[in-house]
Parts: sequence; structure tokens; C-alpha cells
Amino acid sequence: MDGDSEGFIELDGIEKVFDVRRRAGLLRRERHQVRAVDGLSFRVARGEMVGYIGPNGAGKSTTIKMLTGILTPSAGRLRVAGIDPQRERTRLARRIGVVFGQRTTLWWDLPLIDSYRLVHRMYRIPDKRYQENLDRCVELLELGELLDVPVRQLSLGQRMRGDIAAALLHDPEVLYLDEPTIGLDVISKARVREFLRDLNAERRTTVLLTTHDLTDIEQLCQRVMVIDHGRLVYDGALTGLHEVGESERTLVVDLERELPPVELAGARVVKVEGPRQWLAFPASASAAPLVARIAAEYPLVDLSVREPDIESVIARMLSRRQIPEPAGPTPL
Amino acid sequence: MADDVRTAGDAASVEEERWRSPLWEGLRAYGLIVAMWMRSTMTYRASFAMTAFGNFAVTAFDFIAILMMFSHVDRLGGYSLPEVAFLYGAAGASFGLADLAMGSTDRLGRRIRDGTLDTLLVRPAPVLVQVAADRFALRRLGRITQGLLVLGYALATVDIAWTPVKVAMIPMMILSGAVIFSAVFVAGAAFQFWAQDAAEVQNSFTYGGTTLLQYPPTVFAKDLVRGVTFVVPLAFVNWLPALYVMDRDDPLGLPDWVAFLPPLVAAGFCAVAGLAWRAGLRGYRSTGS
Repeated sequence: MDGDSEGFIELDGIEKVFDVRRRAGLLRRERHQVRAVDGLSFRVARGEMVGYIGPNGAGKSTTIKMLTGILTPSAGRLRVAGIDPQRERTRLARRIGVVFGQRTTLWWDLPLIDSYRLVHRMYRIPDKRYQENLDRCVELLELGELLDVPVRQLSLGQRMRGDIAAALLHDPEVLYLDEPTIGLDVISKARVREFLRDLNAERRTTVLLTTHDLTDIEQLCQRVMVIDHGRLVYDGALTGLHEVGESERTLVVDLERELPPVELAGARVVKVEGPRQWLAFPASASAAPLVARIAAEYPLVDLSVREPDIESVIARMLSRRQIPEPAGPTPL
Repeated sequence: MADDVRTAGDAASVEEERWRSPLWEGLRAYGLIVAMWMRSTMTYRASFAMTAFGNFAVTAFDFIAILMMFSHVDRLGGYSLPEVAFLYGAAGASFGLADLAMGSTDRLGRRIRDGTLDTLLVRPAPVLVQVAADRFALRRLGRITQGLLVLGYALATVDIAWTPVKVAMIPMMILSGAVIFSAVFVAGAAFQFWAQDAAEVQNSFTYGGTTLLQYPPTVFAKDLVRGVTFVVPLAFVNWLPALYVMDRDDPLGLPDWVAFLPPLVAAGFCAVAGLAWRAGLRGYRSTGS
């Protein structure tokens, strides 16, 4: 897990407490504190690609905002590339790239290329480097025809690709992606993932990715961190998460005709609808032997495999968890 | 595509970390953003010409109102038309400059509410600069032009025994006034960190303040004049230096030398506004997602 002995991103006992005022009665306001992040510690080595997941309100975005210097931690120690984000925000900004899925960092009313030109100057990117990076992004993210279009006229998928390019023109050492594939169609998602994979492989860019899409994690990240109620509850490989969460994948088989539920070791039928049957099997197991056996024993017409969604994996994991808190940065 | 494969670490060293003065960095970023918006504005020249003229015409109505008053009376608060025009032109030009440079800061509250302030915080430029330069509106030149024209008329017609000091007073007054108004913009923006709907409060000091200064101090209640002298130092924008130039007595009976204070007041007020801005930014809480 550790590429470098020293972490590139380091968090030690990070807390973020928000004062929330709530209306209690006509004029009276009640103050109470919300712990968005509660004693978070982890390390990410240079060149790692880490999935950062958890239910809504778990503290994912708050963590990213502290890592980028947008928010100040209430307690704890935080370093990114050796820099304290809160003290030296603008110095750090030259070395990181941020993509917020929900909102754009581009200049809304201006053509895409104007934003890139400004980034070029603002980050003092050497001309040659800028042109190389821009060409590369334009080619791989297929932005060629979009460069002269005002950002507000771009579709969500186009804008997201434009945002990713803007975040990478200055060769950031670390890239934070907050829901980068949210609302994208299948083709755009695949394109974005491929691009990120190449980026990480070729430039060793460290990537921290929050997402609701388990496929993002599966295809990109060797390591997953799960956060819940501001605490780290899992840190390890995705397969381990499936084991801990006892998550199941689903094999959907279409048979030639209606038959009684398929009987097969290692899988159980959860639903039958005419000739179609749904079989659940552990996510950590391979689907291939199951498929082979079904094909051998039953009149099989068609089949597909469905991945478990991230919420149900996490929900199952959280409901089964009996480990005393706080969980350290080791796989449970 | 880049044929030489460098790692992120190497590439970053290309742009490594020479120390640069924060002030220079801020001005540079401001210039870059402003240049981008001006290019964009100039793409539609006709539209720019029309909005700039509109801005000129709308602000000119203020002066027309004053002209109409003077068609009924000879003096306003004991001041003649050229004297009022002098106050009006100086306040208008100062405010116009500040509005051009910093006027966009009144959108800060909206940026905080919709979360777009976050995107400014991840860029390597001071947030205040990015907020101020955002949507830089060259059409505001209309107001400046209008103020300078009225000032020109006043200087040509007003009855003043000119001395070198009085002549030097004019540019000093315009520039210090612009800086004081800019500080008001920044302080008002800082206030929006705590009260996101406070753009109106800011407007009452900026737009409201400039309207106030367009009239002689003698037409207002003493307490109001005291307020804009000692609390929010707007009186230093044009009243105090202009009274000196016109050999008029200050209604509060302040000595003559206060007329030379505007640069100091501007610097002091900038420091206060800057501290308020930093405090506001530090306490910034961002939005939920």
C-alpha cells in the first residue's frame, strides 16, 4: 500500500466541528455542534489512486474541502505535499487539481478556451507544457469542438470533461475528484475513467476520488476508504470491502422456458419471473464457474451480471460492524 | 500528446516556488482576469457602447435633478451651482473608479450561498482579487466619464483663488476618494461572510454614500455629518478637501489641515477593511456538499 515511506497526503486526528444554529421557538435560537469529521487519520502515498466513499453527510466533501484549504480543520494536523493547506492555500493551489462534480470551476459565461488561457497565465504554466497538456486533454477527452462554446451551453458530461481538463493543465501532483461521473452517460463515464487511469499510470498523479458509483472504484482504485459519521470505518482493497460487507453480485439468467429455481452450489435464487431468474452470489467469487455450470446443466439463452451498488455494500458493512471505534487506517 | 513522460513531481519543479510579492501577485491576477473579461466585452462592441452610454445616461440623471433644483433656487445649503457641481463631480469620479475596480464584490453573498466561492479558493490567486475582477464591467466607465465631465464644468466655472496646493488637491482627492470607496466595498463584502444577504447594507454605504456626498454637508443634520466623518470616513472622499479648495468652513468646525488627511484616512481604512476581509474568509464555512 505504501509507495513512499512518507505519506503524500497526511491527516492526523483531523476534526471539523460546525456550529449550527437552529430555530427553537419564535425568537430563541438553539446552538449546537455538529461533528462533520471526527478524528480522521490516514495517509496516501504519492501515485496512489484512492476511492473515498461513504453515505451522504458522512464527511467526504468536508474532508476534501479541508485538504484543499477551503475549510480550516477544528483540530488535528494536515499536510498535502508537505504544505499546510490552510496556511498556504495559494501555494498549495499550484500543485493540486480539484474537480467538483456539482459545480464548475470554469468561467460560466465565457468560451471553454478562455478559461484554459486564464489558467495558463494564472498558474504560470510554461507555454510548451501548456500546449502539450491542452492537446492531450482535447484529444483524449474529445473537447475539440467544444473549445469555443460558452461553458453554460455545455451539457453536463461535456462540462465535466472540460472541468477535468482545466484541473490538469498545470500538472497537479494530486487530483481531487468529487463525484466526477455523476450524471454522465455510459460513454462519457468510460471515457473519463480511461483518461484518469492513463493519467495515474503515466504521470503518477495521486488521485482521491469520492463517488457513488462502485464501478468507478472498481475500475480505478486499488484502495478504498469508507467514512461514516466523520470516521474512517474501512481502509483497504475493494475485495476486502465486499468480504466485510458480505456483498453479493447478481447473475441474471434467461432460460429457454419457465423452470423451477436453479439449484447451484455457491449461489441462491432470489427471484424468478417466467423464464428469467436472479441468482445472488458473493461478490468476491468469480462468476465464470457459475456461468459454465448453468450453461452445462440448463437451457441458457442469455445472461448478465449486476454489480452491487455502493450504498447497499456500505449499509451492510455498517450494520455488521462490531469493531470498537475509532478504526485505524488498517483493513478491518 | 506529450511524448516525454514526466511524472507530476518533475513537471511541478518547472514552476517551482520562487517567492513573489503577494501584492504583485494579486495585481497580476487581477490584470489577467480583467483582461479576459475585457476581451469578452469587446467581442460585442455595439453592445458595449450601448451599455456604457446607458450607464452614463442613468448616472447623469442625478445631475439633471440638481440642475432642476437650481432652476428654482440660487443656492443650496449656501452653495452655488458650480460649487455643488464640484462636490458632485469629485464624488462621482471617485465612486466610479471604485465601482469599476471593486464593484463586483457585492456578489460575494450570492457566491457564498450557491457555493461557487469554493471554486475561487482552489485557485492560486487571492480570493478578494478574484471576486473583485469577476465580470469586470467596463460599462462603468460611463459613470466615471460623467463625473469627470461635471467636475470639468465645475472647475471651469467655480470662483476659486487657485494656488499650487489647491491644484494638487484635485487628483489627490479623486484618488484617495476612490481608495476610500474601495475600502467600503471590501468591508461590505467582508460583512457578507456573516450575513449573506448584506449586499444591500453594502449598497447603502456605497451608492447611498456617493449620493450623500454629491450635496453640500450644510444641507444635512450635524449628526449625520459627524457619522460620515468619524465612523465611516466618507467625508474625506470629497467634502473636507473640497471645502478647503473652496475656502469654505467645515460645519463641524474641524481645522484646515484635515483637508490633507484623505491619503492617510484611505490607508487606514484599507487596513481595517483588509483585516475584516481576512477575518471573514477565515471563518468561512462553505456549503453542505
